[in-house]
Amino acid sequence: MTRFTMREAISQALWEEMDRDPDVFIMGEEVGLWGGTYAVTKGFYNHFGAERVRDTPISESVIIGAAIGAALTGLRPIAELMTINFAFSAMDHIVNEAAKLHYMFNGQMVLPMVIRTVSGGGRQLGATHSQTPDAIFAHFPGLKVVAPGSPADAKGLLKSAIRSNDPIMFIEHATMYQVRDDVPDGDYTTPIGVSKIVREGEDITIVSYSKGLELSIKAADELTKDGINAEVIDLRTLRPLDMDPIIESFKKTNHAVVVEEGWKSFGVGSEISTRIYEDAFDYVDAPIKRVAQKEVPLPYNRTMEQSALPQIPDIISAAKEVLNG
Amino acid sequence: MKNEVDYIDLYYQMVQIRRMEEKAAELYQQGKIGGFLHLYIGQEAVSTGLISARLPQDRVITAYRDHGVALNCGLGMNEIMAELLGKETGVSGGRGGSMHMADPSKNFWGGHAIVGSHLPIAAGLALGDQYKGNDSITICMFGDGATNIGYFHEALNLSKVWNLPVLWVCENNNYGMGTQVNKASAVLEIRQKAEGYAIPNSRVDGMDIMAVRRASLEAMEKVRSGNGPYLLEIITYRFRGHSMGDPERYRTSDEIKKWEEDDPIGNFRNYILSEKITTDKELNKIESQVEDDVVEAVRFAESSPEPSINELYKNTYYSDKEDQ
Repeated sequence: MTRFTMREAISQALWEEMDRDPDVFIMGEEVGLWGGTYAVTKGFYNHFGAERVRDTPISESVIIGAAIGAALTGLRPIAELMTINFAFSAMDHIVNEAAKLHYMFNGQMVLPMVIRTVSGGGRQLGATHSQTPDAIFAHFPGLKVVAPGSPADAKGLLKSAIRSNDPIMFIEHATMYQVRDDVPDGDYTTPIGVSKIVREGEDITIVSYSKGLELSIKAADELTKDGINAEVIDLRTLRPLDMDPIIESFKKTNHAVVVEEGWKSFGVGSEISTRIYEDAFDYVDAPIKRVAQKEVPLPYNRTMEQSALPQIPDIISAAKEVLNG
Repeated sequence: MKNEVDYIDLYYQMVQIRRMEEKAAELYQQGKIGGFLHLYIGQEAVSTGLISARLPQDRVITAYRDHGVALNCGLGMNEIMAELLGKETGVSGGRGGSMHMADPSKNFWGGHAIVGSHLPIAAGLALGDQYKGNDSITICMFGDGATNIGYFHEALNLSKVWNLPVLWVCENNNYGMGTQVNKASAVLEIRQKAEGYAIPNSRVDGMDIMAVRRASLEAMEKVRSGNGPYLLEIITYRFRGHSMGDPERYRTSDEIKKWEEDDPIGNFRNYILSEKITTDKELNKIESQVEDDVVEAVRFAESSPEPSINELYKNTYYSDKEDQ
């Protein structure tokens, strides 16, 4: 184990996979000479060259469309969308093409491609650059959606994504690149579609992922001061969703809170809580609570922005309300 | 090899498209074919002439008016008909339907139904070949309507910036659904749009298969020799509606009649006979062969099994195969 930041872990995964497989290449806005707007691909251009670290025009549709085409020829493109807000400009290619081709042509077309992108608010970028619309992408069968919550998982999941033969949205969080934690040494992969208990407890189950996970772990630490032992589960993958550890945990705790940074309506919390009601209704001791972003376009003003984003105290009070009725 | 014209085979392919689709229209009216059905009738010379000029390693990708292109690329009439009827033996296993036919083993990459959406994919196919250093080009067909959506412009721009080996082929049949080019496009000659991206281009009569073939050979040669993309505009006309059930309020029967007199199959028949390539009798023989092909295709399709409901989820993900 060595301690690395999220940025370093993601960068290592990309570097190692490009080193391992000449069919892997990166394309996107400012990935080359600039080194990536979040500095993830810094140094790649000089090492791997312009053919494999391809700067594109600001043309999201053709970034994703060309990645699909290249994947169909057997290459393993990693298409970077500078932020997930720009993914809407490529929505047709993500939804109508990438998510459909394998099924619609009866397995004849294979798309080993990764769409790397950055989600999340909290950086005072205003409403258009601060969204966390991860759940939208998890709506579509045919697409996989991965969103890591730790450097170790980010590295292992990204390596799995690059080696996978399915189209995968790999969603990083804009405010987590500096998060530092243990990362296993050497080459390893982390399976896609497997959620994970990151903190054991018996009183309440807190389910989250990505930025929400960071907040949930801190909230769980705070809750111990009140004698509450929360079990925290990291989804890691939104589609395919692995409910088993959640149902198992809930059968033990009988209480749950779901935390996400995106809006509450039609979101991850709605999905998880409904599935708990469907599959473990007899174990429900209190209504499940959802902690999520307030239902407004995110404002620029720092105080306003923070007031709209889910915070640690929101999780703590939600957990207490669930437990105390 | 590609410079030697097999006139008889080209004629055979064109008649195959015409008769197969006439039968498909009939089956549609009988309720045996569901969804949309976009017929290629009238445009046969475009795809037949174009595809005749490609090499086997060249990739072809097109829009939803794809039955004719599929036949030209070597997909069987039986399997195409079976796809129209939604059968397991169809080219896409009955999962795709009329608009979504493909067979990558024959370098036919679909069959894409969102207007313009496949142009960026074509750029990617060409990128794949360029990356690998293959001597292949990508031939991307689309209608005049597709040149008004952003994807066209993003794809053309990138193809020039990256010097991609792609031949853009605009089939200009003068209508995007029911909207005439002059109401939808800022320029009436679609090829002018290529000028904005410094992409060389030309325009050819799509009712004359030999002209289409000559223009295609020339354009493909330019693309293959590393000169980057080229745009070929082929002027044509669809004799039938946009899809089945089109009320056709946007054009007159006189206009249709005028174009039908320029029938690409009739034109080619006259050419073959006037050049004494073969006899009237031989051509009649081909036509009756096609009649038999169509009867056999319908028999094959109708007697083929439906896909199993037990396989509803099959191919949602490639990884499901790995799990099994």
